[in-house]
Amino acid sequence: MRRDKVAKLGLALMTSALLTISAAACGGGSNDAKTGASEGAAKGGGGAKVGLAYDIGGRGDQSFNDAAARGLDKAKSELKVEGKELEASPGETDAQKEERLRLLAQGGYNPIIGIGFAYSAPMTKVAKEFPNVKFAIVDDAGAQAPNISNLTFAEHEGSFLVGAAAALKSKKNSVGFVGGVKVPLIAKFEAGFLAGAKHVKKDIKTSVQYLTNPPDMTGFNDPAKGQVAAKGMIDGGADVVYHAAGGSGGGVFKAAKEGNAMAIGVDSDQALTADAAVKDVIITSMVKRVDVAVFDFLKSFTDNTVQAGEKVYDLKAGGVDYSTTGGKVDEIKAQLDELKQKIISGEIKVSAKTGA
Amino acid sequence: MSARLRSLLLTLAAPVLAVVFAAIITSIVLSVSGHGPIETLSLMVDYGFQPRTISLTINSATTYFFAALAVAVAFRMNLFNIGVDGQYRLAAMLAAAVGGAVALPGPLHVLLIVVVAMLVGAAWAAIAGILKATRGVSEVISTIMLNFIATGIVAYLLNTDRLAVQVAGSNNIGTKHIPESGHMPGLSLIPGSGTQQVFGFVIIAILAGIAFQVLLNRTRFGFDLRATGQSESAAIASGVNVKRMVVISMVISGAVAGLVGMPQLLGASYSYGLDFPTGLGFTGIAIALLGRNHPVGIAIGALLFGFLDNSSNILQINEIPNEIVVIMQGVIVLSVVVAYELVRRYKLVAEQRRVSRELSAGGTGGPAPEGAAA
Repeated sequence: MRRDKVAKLGLALMTSALLTISAAACGGGSNDAKTGASEGAAKGGGGAKVGLAYDIGGRGDQSFNDAAARGLDKAKSELKVEGKELEASPGETDAQKEERLRLLAQGGYNPIIGIGFAYSAPMTKVAKEFPNVKFAIVDDAGAQAPNISNLTFAEHEGSFLVGAAAALKSKKNSVGFVGGVKVPLIAKFEAGFLAGAKHVKKDIKTSVQYLTNPPDMTGFNDPAKGQVAAKGMIDGGADVVYHAAGGSGGGVFKAAKEGNAMAIGVDSDQALTADAAVKDVIITSMVKRVDVAVFDFLKSFTDNTVQAGEKVYDLKAGGVDYSTTGGKVDEIKAQLDELKQKIISGEIKVSAKTGA
Repeated sequence: MSARLRSLLLTLAAPVLAVVFAAIITSIVLSVSGHGPIETLSLMVDYGFQPRTISLTINSATTYFFAALAVAVAFRMNLFNIGVDGQYRLAAMLAAAVGGAVALPGPLHVLLIVVVAMLVGAAWAAIAGILKATRGVSEVISTIMLNFIATGIVAYLLNTDRLAVQVAGSNNIGTKHIPESGHMPGLSLIPGSGTQQVFGFVIIAILAGIAFQVLLNRTRFGFDLRATGQSESAAIASGVNVKRMVVISMVISGAVAGLVGMPQLLGASYSYGLDFPTGLGFTGIAIALLGRNHPVGIAIGALLFGFLDNSSNILQINEIPNEIVVIMQGVIVLSVVVAYELVRRYKLVAEQRRVSRELSAGGTGGPAPEGAAA
């Protein structure tokens, strides 16, 4: 009878749950050692335990979290460090980020790296509690403490160069910028790009489009949106499109391919990393070496030469640059390098703000 | 077994069944992904009972409680307010901007911010209510759309040319920092939790839960609301102005939604920036389902979700992917829905059987009084 079946099922379920719960109770307490370990277990040199706290997306986001992961991987193989990677969950608060850093510090991880400005306030607090642990934060200069290194980038300087490249390569005198999400960080890419394009051609036509608005961060990972936006620009007359849209960039390249236009990659040298079918439309990329910054920091840690405070990875430091893979900007390379030198020497000042 | 005991057991059966069900599925998922379910659970329980974690859990739960309560008000009336998400974000942003712009003595400042948030939330939700009452637009569709519009408005206003200021040295922007007088003091409720205080808003949450229960069960309005939710035609027949009820319940739902961002805004971040938590409205829907739209159930659900969310860090440190937490939450909600449906059907069948037995035994007489069945 049906009722019996339900009763039996219920009994079986209840028994197994009780077993689970009682077993859990017995197991309790065995893991204290893992979270209660003393801070600063590792001193400089090989064998350091690195704690890496990502922003949402974590390893595999095809954007800056991934770049940080590459830096860690390199350090693992070359500096023989161990790594522990934690990532943020959507909708979490600063308190949870703070707890993430604290757990790493308590677990003996040193140094600890936070990826993204969202770790700014949490890191400021936790760094105070663990003065013997070295912290680093990428893309933020707001978190200041004697044991925090701020790794920031001059995205606008690199973008200036690819903006100039775009203007020089454009036959229709019209270029476009596709931003992933309208946040201040991406505005730096836009500002540099537009300034670079206008620097070499005063009358150039520019178009700018962002894929999503915060808190909708899908603009960094939606190739379809990137494709539509880029197609719109190309249909409107642009023939070089620069994207700062993370994973959405794949769509921008596709649109450029279909519209016989050119594209500019971002973050890594995308003429190497992009899909084989669209590689040939990528004339250059604005490389932002998050991996280098992370690796450098870890290297300085193992050498015991960590410096607190802001380290700007600009053109001068090689933290940003334009790439030449594929030889599509060879004929203008001399001009670009001249601009680069002028920026490095301070003769050209690139503003990080749009409309300046 | 007496009928009373039997009905009590049946009431308990659903939540117990749900927990058991969820435990089994999660164990299977964990085993399949190569992690011991018992080790995982004990890890979470261990971490969950540390004082700091308890504080964090209560804080998360406070926020979730408001979100679920907002959803539940509408649910009781058979309205599906998916727009809590947009309502709280818009409310928190504007309230933060107002709070950062004025200077008032302590309690007044906090009160002003909270009132602004509730008014904004209510006004935003009212749009959906009015559309439904006057034009018959499904509130599901309109609130989803209003979420997108809210995102757009917040993005437009959260700009350094308008309401936002650049956070020094950071890529973050946010509304002006709310001065000290507008902060809601935290409570040192949990001994040993150190700097991690419990949001003062936990008291407001408890009061809101009580108010919810009184409003729904002890007032004429609550009766009308529940009646409309259970049968619109019956409500109309007994003289309830359903259209008016739709607008009023959306307004109340929105006002409560306005509170969702307040614990975080007035207790921790003091500014609405790019890193303000998002998606709480959707978590609220899940918790309202979990808590069966009852304040006590919602409180338990909110604590459970708060605990799960805060345990994701300790899982990751021990090499267990934090996606497990999301799977657990999904499984729990599903289990609750399935378990209640199972119990409901079981009750229905048992009732039918009882009636038919009595009919056949009693011959011509109607259903026998309660006690006769035992």
